[in-house]
Amino acid sequence: MKPSALQPNRRVISFRSPTAAPLDGGAAPSDDPLIRSPAGLFWLLLHAICCLLSLALGYRFARFLVFLFLFSPSFPLSSPGLLLLHRRPDLPLSLPQPPPPNATASRVVVGRHGIRVRAWPHPDPAEVISAHRILGRVQREQRLQYGVRNPHPLLVVTPTYSRTFQALHLTGLLHSLQLIPYPLTWLVVEAAGRGAASNETANLLARSRLPVLHLPFPGRMPLRWSDRHRFESRMRLHALRVIKERRLDGIVVFADDSNIHSMELFDEIQKVKWVGAASVGILAHSGKLETAAQRQLSKEVEEENSPVPIQGPACNSSDQLAGWHTFNSLPYVNKSATFVGDGGTVLPRNLEWAGFVLNSKLLWKEAEQKPDWVRDLDEVVRNGEEIESPLDLLKDASFVEPLGSCGKKVLLWWLRVDARYDSKFPPGKWENSADLVWRETRARGRDVVYRS
Amino acid sequence: MMGAKIWILGLLLLSLFYDGIGARESELNRKTERISGSAGDVLEDDPVGRLKVFVYELPNKYNKKILQKDPRCLTHMFAAEIFMHRFLLSSPVRTLNPEEADWFYTPVYTTCDLTPNGLPLPFKSPRMMRSAIQLISMNWPYWNRTEGADHFFVVPHDFGACFHYQEEKAIERGILHLLQRATLVQTFGQRNHVCLKDGSITIPPYAPPQKMQAHLIPPDTPRSIFVYFRGLFYDVGNDPEGGYYARGARASVWENFKNNPLFDISTEHPATYYEDMQRAVFCLCPLGWAPWSPRLVEAVIFGCIPVVIADDIVLPFADAIPWEEIGVFVAEKDVPKLDTILTSIPTEVILRKQRLLANPSMKQAMLFPQPAQPGDAFHQILNGLARKLPHDERAFFRPGGKILNWTAGPVGDLKPW
Repeated sequence: MKPSALQPNRRVISFRSPTAAPLDGGAAPSDDPLIRSPAGLFWLLLHAICCLLSLALGYRFARFLVFLFLFSPSFPLSSPGLLLLHRRPDLPLSLPQPPPPNATASRVVVGRHGIRVRAWPHPDPAEVISAHRILGRVQREQRLQYGVRNPHPLLVVTPTYSRTFQALHLTGLLHSLQLIPYPLTWLVVEAAGRGAASNETANLLARSRLPVLHLPFPGRMPLRWSDRHRFESRMRLHALRVIKERRLDGIVVFADDSNIHSMELFDEIQKVKWVGAASVGILAHSGKLETAAQRQLSKEVEEENSPVPIQGPACNSSDQLAGWHTFNSLPYVNKSATFVGDGGTVLPRNLEWAGFVLNSKLLWKEAEQKPDWVRDLDEVVRNGEEIESPLDLLKDASFVEPLGSCGKKVLLWWLRVDARYDSKFPPGKWENSADLVWRETRARGRDVVYRS
Repeated sequence: MMGAKIWILGLLLLSLFYDGIGARESELNRKTERISGSAGDVLEDDPVGRLKVFVYELPNKYNKKILQKDPRCLTHMFAAEIFMHRFLLSSPVRTLNPEEADWFYTPVYTTCDLTPNGLPLPFKSPRMMRSAIQLISMNWPYWNRTEGADHFFVVPHDFGACFHYQEEKAIERGILHLLQRATLVQTFGQRNHVCLKDGSITIPPYAPPQKMQAHLIPPDTPRSIFVYFRGLFYDVGNDPEGGYYARGARASVWENFKNNPLFDISTEHPATYYEDMQRAVFCLCPLGWAPWSPRLVEAVIFGCIPVVIADDIVLPFADAIPWEEIGVFVAEKDVPKLDTILTSIPTEVILRKQRLLANPSMKQAMLFPQPAQPGDAFHQILNGLARKLPHDERAFFRPGGKILNWTAGPVGDLKPW
């Protein structure tokens, strides 16, 4: 006989329709009120208790009953485990089941185990620090084992001038250079009006803890972009002349202050023998706020060409230099910027300096094994030629080594973002205000709040 | 006189100084370390010439026909039984003369009856194995000569020769009675467990070598993930409440470390799974329904230190590979303290473990490449079998007469297959 507990609903149905067939085990007559007879009361109470239990325990109750009545020998050992609650931090750690009587001698028991959760399942800051130390040590070991054996030092050439966005750009470049694991010298050529280095730049560079050669260059940075590109080339040539005079050794990288460099670039240029070329992604964008219609138009233009124009070496199928990808300035003919900060799209030259790296021995007057397809720097400058890219320093451009799996990998991004030349930029006041805030808060012992 | 002594002393000191430098330099250049387990430096042993194996010719219904019915058996993690057969057929250790054989191999693919999802059903496997043994005992005298003591079988399923995927049922069944004298080559290994008998050889689960080779990234890619794991924490289909699956260990890992940025753990299976393992320092290898998992093989191949969370587990080739020095073992009850345990390991120990993992013979020993290469898992199995030679005299002469009872076991097993 099936107990009515397994079919609670049928009782309700038979109660509601007095003409329904009587239950198998139901003892109460269908039209007598159930409440009166004690057997009926008992069944009703049992029914209520079963309903409440199944509400509380759900399928576990049903499983319990099924096992109890139908499959008693193979009752799982886990019955007390039904009530093992877990994931509540105030509950103590739950215990595993005691081993069954004639089990193997194993310490490990089969059955339901509690899920151990500690009281505060969040990271401990001291452990996070030691984990980062471990990661740092592992990465250092990786570099020792698999990285470059005898790294060349780097000579980073950066033309800059004091302006609103200088701190923004230079700090970014500074942080990138601080991450480089190779010895480097930073040659910062600054275009200062009176030919003397400005305080702002000097203060920024002093914070960098890098070996810096701060080279002042006479002349103000021009406002028109075409003039500015030429001026920057002259600044870079000035740096190259310094390298030649002082016979600095290393690989020359042209890192403009507003460009974005990936760390892989600096690992890749260690492979350069004489002249290398990497792919540069051009982030040419307009400074104007675009309306929705204009944005739609520009998106269509983008979809026609590649999404981001890339400048760099082009290889043939046998991975040898076959030509150059240059910047296609046709789509931007009407929108290009003419002077700094006018909101138009700033266009790069056909081949930017940033994509080339040179071995400094190419610039020296005399160096062993110096190749003969390099022109002398002094001669080039004396002739007053316009140098648009380092290729003009070479007699034969076919000796350039393509980097980044033959130019397929973009290792740096060219960007020119600048505020208007007449933007409010109080020179010198930035440092003072920051120092003032720092001194104030040190005196009062409060947390530093950056207001500027 | 004094001057000469000073010169000699100076020269001695200089030579010591240079020796020191040389030693330090060779330390720096040392990428890998030799592996020596309890059996010695045996990973590079060559089994050819140390043993002879005779392969029984069973009718196709035991092997080829089953494989034809479902070719998925060649790529799942139990494929070792099939590849071992193919390897032995063309190996120099094979002999066609059974009189000179030290070991006898029976090619029966018991783990190839797959559900539509690809999981093997073990319900017919005992009958299949029994039928195969009956065949070889009737057609060749070698089984009855030793009652299987010089025979070995490859049983890579969840609980080995217990032929069930549920642990309780597997323990109830125990190892198939007819196999109690044979040597079992299985992936399951847990100390003091019914389904692991003494003298078994534990092997790694099959992982496709070409697939893993295709996802290698340059070794100078910096390892920036501290702990990595991808897989289930709760098996909602079979264990909705939790606590049963993995003895609650996986669920405990999730509950304790889901908020911890050092732990990159999730149930999603990304396309860059193998690449991510190569960018991680520690890879968790917790138990699931059975204590072994292919994650151990993947961790070793990709140079990620395996963190084994499975009490009393016996890892592959445990006598040849010193797993204690290579991996980190965490007791299941210590899972809430996993971050403390892992961050308190000294860096020299971690670097040493990585050097041991970088050893190519270690990686080779975990793989089943086709065609077989020296030092791979096939050769380690043969090395293990060779180390068990010569057979004990009790194999050939049993004092109490026959031991095997051909009618032992559950009634369902006795039906013919």
